[in-house]
Amino acid sequence: MEALSPTMEEGRVVEWLKHEGDAVVAGDVLAEVETDKAVMELQARGDGVLRKVLAPSGSTVEVGKLVAVIAGPDEDIAALIGGAAVPPRPATPPPAGPTASPPPTTQPMAPVAAGARHLKASPLARRLAGERGIELGSVAGSGPGGRVIRRDIDTLAAAPAPGVAVRGGGAAASAASFEDVPLTQIRKTIARRLAESLGPVPHFFLTTDVDMDRAWDAREALNGLGEEPRVSFNDLIVKVVATALTRHRECNAWWQGDAIRYFNDVHLGMAVAVDQGLITPVIRHADRKTLRQIATESRNLVERARARKLKPEEYTGATFSISNLGMFGIDEFTAIINPPESGIIACGAITQQPVVREGMLVVGRRMRLTMSCDHRVIDGATGARFLGTVRRMLENPLAMVW
Amino acid sequence: MPTLTYRDALNHALREEMERDPDVFLMGEEVGVYQGAYKVSRGLLQQFGERRVMDTPIAELGFAGIGVGAAMVGLRPVIEFMTWNFALLAIDEVVNSAAKLRYMSNGQLSVPIVFRGPGGAALQLGAQHSQALESWYAHVPGLKVVAPATPYDAKGLLKSAIRDNNPVVFLEGEMLYNLKGEVPEGEYTIPLGQAEVKRVGKDVTVICHSKTVATAEKAAQQLAADHGVEAEVVDLRTLRPLDTEAILASVRKTNRCVIIEEGWPFCGIGAQVCDEIQHGAFDHLDAPVERVTGADVPMPYNRSLERAAKPSVDAVIRAVRRAAYLD
Repeated sequence: MEALSPTMEEGRVVEWLKHEGDAVVAGDVLAEVETDKAVMELQARGDGVLRKVLAPSGSTVEVGKLVAVIAGPDEDIAALIGGAAVPPRPATPPPAGPTASPPPTTQPMAPVAAGARHLKASPLARRLAGERGIELGSVAGSGPGGRVIRRDIDTLAAAPAPGVAVRGGGAAASAASFEDVPLTQIRKTIARRLAESLGPVPHFFLTTDVDMDRAWDAREALNGLGEEPRVSFNDLIVKVVATALTRHRECNAWWQGDAIRYFNDVHLGMAVAVDQGLITPVIRHADRKTLRQIATESRNLVERARARKLKPEEYTGATFSISNLGMFGIDEFTAIINPPESGIIACGAITQQPVVREGMLVVGRRMRLTMSCDHRVIDGATGARFLGTVRRMLENPLAMVW
Repeated sequence: MPTLTYRDALNHALREEMERDPDVFLMGEEVGVYQGAYKVSRGLLQQFGERRVMDTPIAELGFAGIGVGAAMVGLRPVIEFMTWNFALLAIDEVVNSAAKLRYMSNGQLSVPIVFRGPGGAALQLGAQHSQALESWYAHVPGLKVVAPATPYDAKGLLKSAIRDNNPVVFLEGEMLYNLKGEVPEGEYTIPLGQAEVKRVGKDVTVICHSKTVATAEKAAQQLAADHGVEAEVVDLRTLRPLDTEAILASVRKTNRCVIIEEGWPFCGIGAQVCDEIQHGAFDHLDAPVERVTGADVPMPYNRSLERAAKPSVDAVIRAVRRAAYLD
């Protein structure tokens, strides 16, 4: 099982496209594998015959474990599939697991095959993992270079190896008044990523009420031109936020621990609800794209997000994100920042409300924006100025071309 | 409890040991009539006379050699170097004679000598007068090397050094002489080879000696107040022999370590301490050991550059944060 995305730790084999006995060449798609975010292709890295499939469809396998063997048609592969010997490429020998004997000094440092992931862990973390029966390879490391450190072991709930207990095993629950649903890859990733956000990242929140009358009219006017694609409010918000970020570079930044990375380009992530979860596809260079391009691209990204067909480069690398729950009738909400970004804007629904205009009570369209800021990067005034620009542009969309 | 300066604590130690044992005598530049270049030997010539307090010409190798000879025939000399920078001129006597004669004579000869003086930087003394060379002496089998940080430690350790039958390199500091601290009135000594936990903590071990102990304590206060980190400060006190058990006990408790030293990084004291830790506490380390040292340059004369070349409280805080994965 290869690491098909930067954060992938295990994959679920969806379907084998090649079968035992098939001849394959390097580059052939062997199987479809569901990763933490999307369904990806597992390719053959060499030529030969697919002699043995070890991970049937539906099974979940850790990155680095053996899933199949490609060899010459008459080559002896008994040693590889026998399970006793340490197999050579493409698999790695298993990392220190719960069955290894406790004393940390005797745990073997398994040799790492080329192309597999080298496990970085502090000596203390290794020892604690061994003592607590935690498989080191299954722990996400928060240290430099993905090093597994003590706090990663401490915060991990004592759980058996992922490939075993997470899937299936719900039989006993049927008689009880609740049901334990095993975590899918996407839920696990959402849980881990956002738990890593709200804790360490010092959030504060800025809310503003936006007069959307002119934006409403502008959108109607654009869509009235009768051309495809139709522009949604979300597209407008993407364009406005991206443009505003070019004027407020201080908010277009990543927290890097010992520095703040200010980006010259704007890549905007849009939170999209997908089956069982949430993913944030990225519109790259959103500031330079026209509304039409943004509308087309966002439609395409959302469709592919829902079909779990996004590539890693399409959902990583955002410099800022937005999230919109207006279509669900939510007036306002506070979003959690996607680290290492330093801000996110949450949009509520556009509603007709009684408003005061020139001293008179009239009906106006309002939308609440709530910006979550990482206080290590963005201070109150800085965030307020940026949000002010966003509001001004939405209240007068022509300001974007100024 | 009375408060004494580091200088006066040393003065009292010398006085008490010279009163206690008539074989103890002091020799060095300006120790007598001038009352001591840094006034450490103030009043000693008046009290003990010329046979016990001897002014020398500017000839470090010469008077260090005389001291070694005196020790070999049974006296207990205290040789003062005006600074350890000048002692480089006498290092042959320290390393080739004092350190080795007992070994080379199969125990027939003994060199119960103390070489003492200020080491390390002061303020704008320049490259040749600011060196912290403790690791040069700690490198040599046959020597003991001591570096007290407080008046209390200075008095107790100097008394023990004088009573020790081995040659002892005793490193003081020009910037420490005015430091005030509580020193009890009665008789006390501090054993050589024993470190001391100056501040108890649980999150990180900060190992230091001499002037860097104050740096460590200031950093520990700021870390507790502003960064939520409780640092344990371990003052080595003796550099050779190292109190390895104290070092390891602390690191096993905190799982991470920062070592501070005034000297240059390459082959500095911290490098040895680091080796002891990686070997003795490997399975307890959650992060690589961090070192904060003097900059790897000859000490600049310019005031701002000199400040930048010395280990600072900020550098210690940054190192602690790295070791604790706080950034």
